[in-house]
Amino acid sequence: MEISGICHDRNNMRPAVPVGNDNMRKLYHFHGGIHPPSNKTQSTRATIARAPLPAKLVIPLHQHAGETAKPVARVGERVLKGQLIGMPDGVVSSAVHASTSGTITAIDMQLIAHPSGLPNLCATLIPDGKEEWAPRKTIDYRDHSPAGLQHLLRMAGVVGLGGAAFPSDLKLSLDKHKITTLVLNGAECEPYITCDDMLMRERAAEIVQGAEMLRFMLDAEEVLIGIEDNKPEAIASMRAAVAAGGHQRMEVIAVPTVYPGGGAKQLIRVLTGIEVAAGVRSTDMGVQCFNVATAYTIHRAFAHGEPLLSRIVTITGNVMHPRNYEVLIGTPIAELVALGVALPDTDSYIMGGPMMGFPLPSVQVPLVKATNCIIASSKKIFPPPPPVMPCIRCTRCADVCPADLQPQDLFWFAQSREFGRAQAFNLFDCIECGACSYVCPSHIPLVQYYRFAKSEIHAREHDKQLADKARVRHDYREQRIEREKQEKADKLAAREKAAQAARLADAQPLTPQQQAEQAELETSRAHIRELAQSAVEHADEGTTK
Amino acid sequence: MLSALLVMSAIAAVLGAVLGFAAIKFHTEGNPLVDKIDDVLPQTQCGQCSYPGCKPYATAIAAGEADINRCPPGGEEGIRKLAELLGVEFKPFGEDAVPKAKSLAVIDESTCIGCTLCIQACPVDAIAGAAKQMHTVIASECTGCELCVAPCPVDCISMQVIGEKITNWKWKYPVYAMTATT
Ligand code: SF4
Ligand code: SF4
Ligand code: SF4
Ligand code: SF4
Repeated sequence: MEISGICHDRNNMRPAVPVGNDNMRKLYHFHGGIHPPSNKTQSTRATIARAPLPAKLVIPLHQHAGETAKPVARVGERVLKGQLIGMPDGVVSSAVHASTSGTITAIDMQLIAHPSGLPNLCATLIPDGKEEWAPRKTIDYRDHSPAGLQHLLRMAGVVGLGGAAFPSDLKLSLDKHKITTLVLNGAECEPYITCDDMLMRERAAEIVQGAEMLRFMLDAEEVLIGIEDNKPEAIASMRAAVAAGGHQRMEVIAVPTVYPGGGAKQLIRVLTGIEVAAGVRSTDMGVQCFNVATAYTIHRAFAHGEPLLSRIVTITGNVMHPRNYEVLIGTPIAELVALGVALPDTDSYIMGGPMMGFPLPSVQVPLVKATNCIIASSKKIFPPPPPVMPCIRCTRCADVCPADLQPQDLFWFAQSREFGRAQAFNLFDCIECGACSYVCPSHIPLVQYYRFAKSEIHAREHDKQLADKARVRHDYREQRIEREKQEKADKLAAREKAAQAARLADAQPLTPQQQAEQAELETSRAHIRELAQSAVEHADEGTTK
Repeated sequence: MLSALLVMSAIAAVLGAVLGFAAIKFHTEGNPLVDKIDDVLPQTQCGQCSYPGCKPYATAIAAGEADINRCPPGGEEGIRKLAELLGVEFKPFGEDAVPKAKSLAVIDESTCIGCTLCIQACPVDAIAGAAKQMHTVIASECTGCELCVAPCPVDCISMQVIGEKITNWKWKYPVYAMTATT
């Protein structure tokens, strides 16, 4: 989704200098960035409300990066709130749970929130309204090993709630890397989205305790919590929680508001000055980054024994009552929209923000762990983009690119399908933030080209991998056939030799005439053998040519 | 969403590393040009190029005996790769070699009599089963070569087109009416 109609005020691109810097710490800049109108105040006027229990939940078994969880509940089975219904399957996978008590009525393909608009495996749960919990086991994390805690997170279905939904346990298994700094990401840089802001305002103590758990698992020294300075309430609340909890070497830092300052690499750069180079992971440089809502979820998992069953979601845009709700995973988005009361001219719904989100295939799709925001869209808020014009190579896109890329070159390579060159120009460092498309005077939907190129490259790598495996299996088979042929031939030869030896042993001394006959016979045999051999060769040629 | 992409690129990097490793580990002695050509062929091992496998076709190309537009599973993309590798002009498919949608062999297990003929025909060992037992195609290993279909005496193998699923879905090429000024 790229919105070119929000604001074309380019004078708005002031340098990223912290205003009223009350931090003791020196902050750094990242390259580029833009200042789109934030549109955040609409949804922060009211506190987080709990969405009512819906009549039906549809819980996708693939809500995380990686493999789909294996369904472990039966159709017709009564399940309890928090009961495991999807078992992690494979290394990169995560568990899925019943968000409330009730009956599983179907496990089948349903439309989900995905840009493809394709269905995927889901469990349908009809709540019984009792909210009856499965047994919950609370733990003191300090009594457990980091590996044990990682397993608990995997089984609690904890994934990154900043949008990527990458299984959190995997971000904690680092073997040899020494982590010095844990960065907690509360930047929330994308317009309209306020779920992390409200969570930090209202549940700061639990986030901070979650951060402490993460620090323990990473064995990190310091914790830096980065929050954009357009969220003074959240900053104050988080600072109070850090002070009240007596947390040492944990600091809440106001960072300048600039999009996409919430990108992991960008926030790490601003807070620590570390530039994470192309193809390098931040953990190689001793830094690991988690979203604030993920830290909150980890606290719920350990201190309350609750798997990830709900999350905070912003409903905003073209609605009467923009607000944040705590919503059960699997709730149809239509129910959330009904709480916000969409205005009559609403024509579509966006999941995520206006810069990086995507239009939902249907408002009936269920809410998933990655759903941070639903924006009701209308022609008024997001006018259709002006017509696309050819690139004039003005390089405005390069000026704002936070990954310091040359978006105009990447665009050229992607649209002419020169994927190798796109890769050589670090296409995979592009975080698809949309800053380039936002400023492009030719209104080129640049990010769509980058997504196209990336998914083509991924598909090709996948095909290549399959082809390489097929080659290995084919070569192995050829060798096996060759070996079997050889073994058969050897056996035959051995048998013939033995027979001949036996014949020789049996033979009486021959008269000279008999000897001559025998010799003649042998020559003609040899001739026949020769003939037969050449026929076989011809036959072989016949099959191979 | 920001970190989603970082994760994806990390995965891509890992996959890339795996490929590199495989290439080193399974490298065999031989004609380097043949190997280079074989490397870009799809390894379906179907024989549609009229050679009994990808390697023989690669050998024929290297010897200058075969055209570069004989491999339907490789698609036009494959021809383009060969053209680039060999420094020759792209040449479109003729009428006799037309790419089809990628598909998988599926055995109707209730009809199978366990004769093992399909196993003998499969060039990439993608069928599992033993004499007088039901046979199954290992979907992840089937290259869709169709060579097992004809030998089956009870006609219980069919080719099924691989449809678009979430797991293999790709972002499409953006289509916009450019208001060209030229
Ligand atoms: S901003 Fe648009 S027109 Fe300018 S160089 Fe970039 S892609 Fe081309
Ligand atoms: S090229 Fe990628 S990272 Fe750079 S501005 Fe465009 S979308 Fe953002
Ligand atoms: S046509 Fe079949 S056997 Fe020939 S090169 Fe292509 S995939 Fe390999
Ligand atoms: S050829 Fe047909 S009948 Fe024979 S084993 Fe294969 S699938 Fe079964």
